[in-house]
Amino acid sequence: MPAERSLSERVAAGEARAVARLISGLEDGEPRAVAALRSLHRATGKAHIVGITGPPGSGKSTLTDKLIRHLRGTGARVGVIAVDPSSPFSGGAILGDRLRMQDHATDPGVFIRSLASRGKLGGLSRATAAAARVLDAAGYDWVIIETVGVGQSEVDIVRIADTVVLVSVPGLGDDIQVIKAGIMEIGDIFVVNKADREGADRVVREIKGMLETAAALSMSQPAALLSQGGHHGASALTGTGAFGSTAMALDETGHPILPPIIKTVAATGEGVAELAAAIAAHRSNLATSGGLEARRLEGAVTEMRGLIAYRLLDELEGPKGRELEARLARAVVDKEYDAYEAADILFAALTQGGRA
Amino acid sequence: MERKIRVLVAKPGLDGHDRGAKVIARALRDAGMEVIYTGLRQTPEQIVTAAVQEDADVVAMSILSGAHNHLFPRVMELLAEKGVDDVLVVGGGVIPEDDYDFLKSKGIAAIFGPGTPTGSTIEFIRNNLKRK
Ligand code: B12
Ligand SMILES: Nc1nc2c(ncn2[C@@H]2O[C@H](COP(=O)(O)OP(=O)(O)O)[C@@H](O)[C@H]2O)c(=O)[nH]1
Ligand SMILES: [Mg+2]
Repeated sequence: MPAERSLSERVAAGEARAVARLISGLEDGEPRAVAALRSLHRATGKAHIVGITGPPGSGKSTLTDKLIRHLRGTGARVGVIAVDPSSPFSGGAILGDRLRMQDHATDPGVFIRSLASRGKLGGLSRATAAAARVLDAAGYDWVIIETVGVGQSEVDIVRIADTVVLVSVPGLGDDIQVIKAGIMEIGDIFVVNKADREGADRVVREIKGMLETAAALSMSQPAALLSQGGHHGASALTGTGAFGSTAMALDETGHPILPPIIKTVAATGEGVAELAAAIAAHRSNLATSGGLEARRLEGAVTEMRGLIAYRLLDELEGPKGRELEARLARAVVDKEYDAYEAADILFAALTQGGRA
Repeated sequence: MERKIRVLVAKPGLDGHDRGAKVIARALRDAGMEVIYTGLRQTPEQIVTAAVQEDADVVAMSILSGAHNHLFPRVMELLAEKGVDDVLVVGGGVIPEDDYDFLKSKGIAAIFGPGTPTGSTIEFIRNNLKRK
């Protein structure tokens, strides 16, 4: 009988069951899984992580399916993390993204994993980043993360990606509003899917208009001012926001180079080759411009913040937290403390005894 | 934190009867489980690969086409080939009771026919998980 290999060794060897089990362990925050990921950490960073986000039903899964086919055609191995929201009522979820990727169901060069957001903090899933890292360590050349993008918190998930693809479609009246609401800045590539429907060109024009406005704005202001503007908490730290690194690039005439806007019909595969080319171009651009490192610094910040937020939440919802919380609530109602003081006490109690 | 139960709901066979599978998927979600729904016309190979990648605790298959005596055992065979021995496999749909014993002998833990309240499926799953 061969000596038993560790979980991380089995993941490094690309064993599907080990990969799957490690991802589950990380979702559940198992110490054994965290340790296994730690020993794999040095082996990660090779995969290019593509985040695909956009409103529900915009065709993200269908697009992912077609991208997988395209990338497989180049001989690359492809991993997919598809995140769907958990039900706020039952905590359960129906994860249906895989349904659209069935053509690759038995291809050994493709690994598809569905995750429920388990989102107590908006759409921020506990283990998305870690799951992507596991696929990276298991030797997948590309990792595609699909998330439902309907607001700022979802956007955070996708920040861990190297290339962010924002999908919109014609006919969703408030879709453009969503983009306006602040997620536009993170798009490296804009896709207008369902271009077989009426109104695709109008959506393209609207996106273009917004990108031009944003670029003009960023040209007229020092970068530091911009990053104080709100969305890019991390950009002040790393010096480049996601949008900044793309939009601030100038062409030979001194005009900003806007992120590409690509029309696709995911259902038929139309435009997918162009999308794949744009992703590849962004990837090589990141590699030559040094943008990749800035990206990954930003991703690390996002991931750490998520881990901290979840750790606090776990403490808060553990027996100790609940008990203290109940006592403090009583104290607030009885006018012994105000809510601020109570929060201070609770926070201090939850954070003491940490590793740092 | 309690571990979430992950269930792969799959519909093997070539027919298009997916209502039962969808009813079950929703019921399990409402019971707090994470359901991976893979849709119609799954081959046993697709089901088993998905069960592995999704790290499912349970594979729940719905069949109304009459092909259960072929497809269910095939799924069990492929699971065994991949060394997957800790997944609970259950079935449902239009399956004659005369076939239950045969299917159970092949490793299908339970079969739920038309009219079974979803509550009993949920309870069965909770009580019979192979992985703790
Ligand atoms: C509705 C229906 C259809 C609809 C399906 C719509 C759809 N999207 O699902 C339509 C009209 C399309 C249809 C077509 C056909 N049908 Co039809 N159809 C039915 C019917 C009347 C009801 C099935 C149904 O939806 N029930 C409601 C759901 C909720 O119940 P259920 O599926 O049984 O699920 C429950 C349980 O079984 C259980 N369950 C089911 N799956 C699972 C899985 C797990 C894991 C668990 C735990 C529990 C569980 O829980 C559910 C809730 O209690 C049945 C007869 C019957 N009374 O069952 C025939 C029936 C299934 N159909 C039949 C046939 C033959 C056909 C056709 C081939 C007819 C034809 N000659 O054209 C076509 C096939 C078309 C195709 N593409 O596949 C036969 C199958 C015969 C067989 N097994 O040998 C049946 C049994 C009718 C009969 N008595 O002949 N059909
Ligand atoms: N008309 C049209 N429908 C599409 C296109 N792409 C996807 N769809 C359909 O849109 C629906 C939602 O697609 P899905 O990929 O699940 O969207 P997601 O929720 O963003 O992942 C499905 O019915 C797809 O078949 C497209 O380019 N054109
Ligand atoms: Mg999807």
